[in-house]
Amino acid sequence: MSTSFRMDAPYPRVLDRTAQGVIHRPLDRPEGPLKVTGRATYAAEQALEGQVEGVLVRATVARGRVTGMNDALVRAMPGVLGVFADARFLRNPAQGGAGEAPVQGSTEVFYHGQPVALVVAETFEQARHGAAALALRYEEAEAQLDPETAESVDRPDKRKLDQGDLDAAMADAHAKVDVTYTTPPHHSAAMELHASVAEWTGDRLTLHGSFQMLKYNKAELADALGIPRERVRILSPYVGGGFGSKLGISPEAVAAAIAAHELGRPVRVVMTRQQVFGMTTHRTSTRQRMRLAADAEGHLTAVGHEDRVYNLPGESFSEPTAQSTHFLYSGVNRRLGQEVARVNRTCAGSVRAPGEAVGMLALEGAMDELAHELGLDPIAFRKRNIPDRHPEKDIPYSARRFADCMDEGARLFGWDARNPTPGQLHDGEWLIGHGMAAAARVNMVSASQARVILRPEGTALVETDMTDIGTGTYAILGQIAAEMLGLPIAAVEVRLGDTDLPPAAGSGGSHGASSAGSSVFVACESLRTTLAERLGCAPDDLTLKDGIATGANRRAKFAELLSDGALSEEGHFEPGRTKKEVSQASYGAFFAEVGVNRITGETRVRRMLGTFAAGRILNEKTARSQCQGGMIWGIGAALTEELAFDPRDGHVVNQDLAEYHLPVNLDCPQIEVQLLEERDDMACPIQSKGIGELGISGAGAAVVNAIYNATGARVRDYPATLDKILGGLDD
Amino acid sequence: MRPFDYVRADGTAAATEAAQGGATFIAGGTNLLDLMKLEVMAPLRLVDISRLDLGGVEDMAEGGLRIGAMVTNADLAADAHVRRDYPLLARALLAGATGQLRNKATTGGNLLQRTRCYYFYDTSQPCNKRDPGSGCGAIGGFNRIHAILGASEQCIATHPSDMAVALLALDAEVETEAPDGARRRRPLADLHRLPGDEPERDSFLEDGELITSVILPPPSTGRQDYRKVGDRASYAFALVSLASVVEMSEGRIARAALAFGGLAHKPWRDREVEEVLVGEAPSESLFDRAADRLLRDARGWGGNDFKIPLARRVLKATLRTATGTEVRA
Repeated sequence: MSTSFRMDAPYPRVLDRTAQGVIHRPLDRPEGPLKVTGRATYAAEQALEGQVEGVLVRATVARGRVTGMNDALVRAMPGVLGVFADARFLRNPAQGGAGEAPVQGSTEVFYHGQPVALVVAETFEQARHGAAALALRYEEAEAQLDPETAESVDRPDKRKLDQGDLDAAMADAHAKVDVTYTTPPHHSAAMELHASVAEWTGDRLTLHGSFQMLKYNKAELADALGIPRERVRILSPYVGGGFGSKLGISPEAVAAAIAAHELGRPVRVVMTRQQVFGMTTHRTSTRQRMRLAADAEGHLTAVGHEDRVYNLPGESFSEPTAQSTHFLYSGVNRRLGQEVARVNRTCAGSVRAPGEAVGMLALEGAMDELAHELGLDPIAFRKRNIPDRHPEKDIPYSARRFADCMDEGARLFGWDARNPTPGQLHDGEWLIGHGMAAAARVNMVSASQARVILRPEGTALVETDMTDIGTGTYAILGQIAAEMLGLPIAAVEVRLGDTDLPPAAGSGGSHGASSAGSSVFVACESLRTTLAERLGCAPDDLTLKDGIATGANRRAKFAELLSDGALSEEGHFEPGRTKKEVSQASYGAFFAEVGVNRITGETRVRRMLGTFAAGRILNEKTARSQCQGGMIWGIGAALTEELAFDPRDGHVVNQDLAEYHLPVNLDCPQIEVQLLEERDDMACPIQSKGIGELGISGAGAAVVNAIYNATGARVRDYPATLDKILGGLDD
Repeated sequence: MRPFDYVRADGTAAATEAAQGGATFIAGGTNLLDLMKLEVMAPLRLVDISRLDLGGVEDMAEGGLRIGAMVTNADLAADAHVRRDYPLLARALLAGATGQLRNKATTGGNLLQRTRCYYFYDTSQPCNKRDPGSGCGAIGGFNRIHAILGASEQCIATHPSDMAVALLALDAEVETEAPDGARRRRPLADLHRLPGDEPERDSFLEDGELITSVILPPPSTGRQDYRKVGDRASYAFALVSLASVVEMSEGRIARAALAFGGLAHKPWRDREVEEVLVGEAPSESLFDRAADRLLRDARGWGGNDFKIPLARRVLKATLRTATGTEVRA
């Protein structure tokens, strides 16, 4: 049996009436003990019978053609089983949700680091040595390496908006800013390396991989290999972080599958850390021109946000830099637009909160600048510009506790006690400053399916090809099922990450919890209807708790109601009219206190607070962790992270975790997270919204706005490393 | 990783004997193993010295400490004598790497760790240190962490150690044993080389020569400080670091030992800077003269130009604190 649900209109808040009391609670992740004791088997930990090891070989020119290689020599090396270069190799990873292979080929080189061959050997060490010994010959061609001077530049129509008269509004403004912010390339740098183990049984491929969106990944892999989807099974039960870099399949998956087919043995290909940095997707740099104008009362009259980003030729993805600029603030005269430079660098794609993560660094910096120009408190200024209706689409908003988040955050942080004049507070060598910024992230849902099996003994099984990339999917799907079916959480088992299970939305864009959660909800609601019928009461009168159904003065254990066996139900969820008819987003506010060292220009975040409203919170612990993690990303964006490309050949320079500077523990102060109660009836039938990426969206701007408050120096070139601050400090 | 022979030495004589001709000692391996996996280093033979009797921190008869080459960074930082008499060293050790790495990394190995230059680590790039004659990728490339003092057109790499900078300011000496059995004791200042035309050579050690211990002289009475400036609060190599011992007498600087990290191919100590200061009453203009002296031949390479003003600021701030000069608000 299956039940379909399309989100066309608000749906009753069923989860507020259920009796089990496990939804929202800060429950531990059920798979946590397996992970911390090493018993959760990740892709690279597969040890299949007869398995051999492959290591990818990367091109060492930025543009050109491979004309030959010394593969005969490498084939003769100890342990080497084969050297593969195949027209089906992926040039770069598939973009999120592509569902088809990206550009393929192992001959034409588009960037330094592109995978062009695979060396397979009995042991990893032999394969790696063989890969190092494989010398390629090239016919080099001219490369485009600088996004600012690239010859080919696209201006996508979907990013263009010209509303009213921005130039006139700027000319007439009481106060205005016209400033340019830049952000550097970022990398997801997930802890788990990209890895695939491919095994063929006849003409059927089983691939153990590390992916975020399995139904698309299955289609991408089948398309890349030229085989029907039905012959591909992907297993990704545990994923050690993705942050966008595992949305689509990446080159090692296809190379492993090709080699395994050829050799008739399972092949494992695990990227090295350097290859992850130099071969998987990263976030483009951005150059963002911000123009904001306001009248004497501090009402925005113009909003301009134009940016330049880059990607490889032929890639349709471009960072949606101004995504939240469209809906966050009012202002009738608006100009948004984007230039996409075509460069020979590793593929740009989604990295944690594509769009807001960098766009809000500029928007929220410019808002802070204009608040100072106007002599207004940054919160008062923002509240004055919260639009009643979407300023471009003229549609209403769904639940939006944006102002409440700023007010509540200000109260908890002690915002009113700060000194608004820069450079006034000292603590020894440290200049102290306070800053804030808005949080906003568009809300998305996607089609998702799940199967829920309710058994007479009072247990349930949830099955879907949804992934848990460290976010807490196992926990929340179990909680939704337990809550809906009236079962203790321990009585619900969740199986994920297998393409043989019903296809889910996958993890990405913070849409996983609401989409997959809604599919589980739909299945469970149908099961509740069946239980109500069997008990003899109306579904609305049914109470389920601890495996006992109560209603209409009757009471029965599940065993009695399911005497003819387990019930199985599939829930199909899909987005509907509410997606278009209302503007949906999660909101919040960030507050940061920083110290800037007067001698060295080093910045340390001393405390940080985020207040968020994202609809129903399904698990208070995993939601909080997501927000904390996001804020740490914000600290990284503000202060430390920059993926460096060599100006001469475009190779990734800092390709390990020693030199790509993620914030470490000592960079992270006590981070407080406050979650406001909210239900978003327009979002999905469980009234939740995306929260995973909300914590990064604007976080870095709060830090850099605090640096301004500390020093009077406005850093517009992210990250705010000490060299960019030194010049503004006294001797 | 290239195939290699492995020898576990049962004594220093056997170790030095086995280490000649394309061999490399391995102690903690925290740096070497990474480099071997990347084939940046491909020794024909590894001589494991981790089981040699080179541990322990001992008081010396004439005062001072003898630190065995196999003493880990974690143990040395925690040593009671070090903490009491050479707090600068403990602080420098704890400013480096991570807890896990310090548990494995040894005193001798720390001194001989290789540069963190990105181009040295990437075999697709030219590097005269890794592959003599191939060129220097860092010049004209991304060189944020590179040298402003003592570099050459062949190499602008820096030495990454925090510990060595502290030891240099403390006038440490290094004891070695050579394959012919000869034992040498040389100032640490004479261990590391500048790149010149042979950037592939980091030190003056001879083929097979093994560091057996580090000697610290009796502690001086001056104020000790270690300041490290980096791109994040921990687990980042120094952009600029300064180990200092400054002693005041009757309002004048009686002694100054100033060693810098992050500026050069080796821990950098310029006696002429110290001579500018000694015998003088502290003042802003004196500190500026010292900084002028330190940086008179400084050269930036684009990405690291900021190190020149940063080194000046760090030196002046340290001198202000160490001499008790008023810190201006």
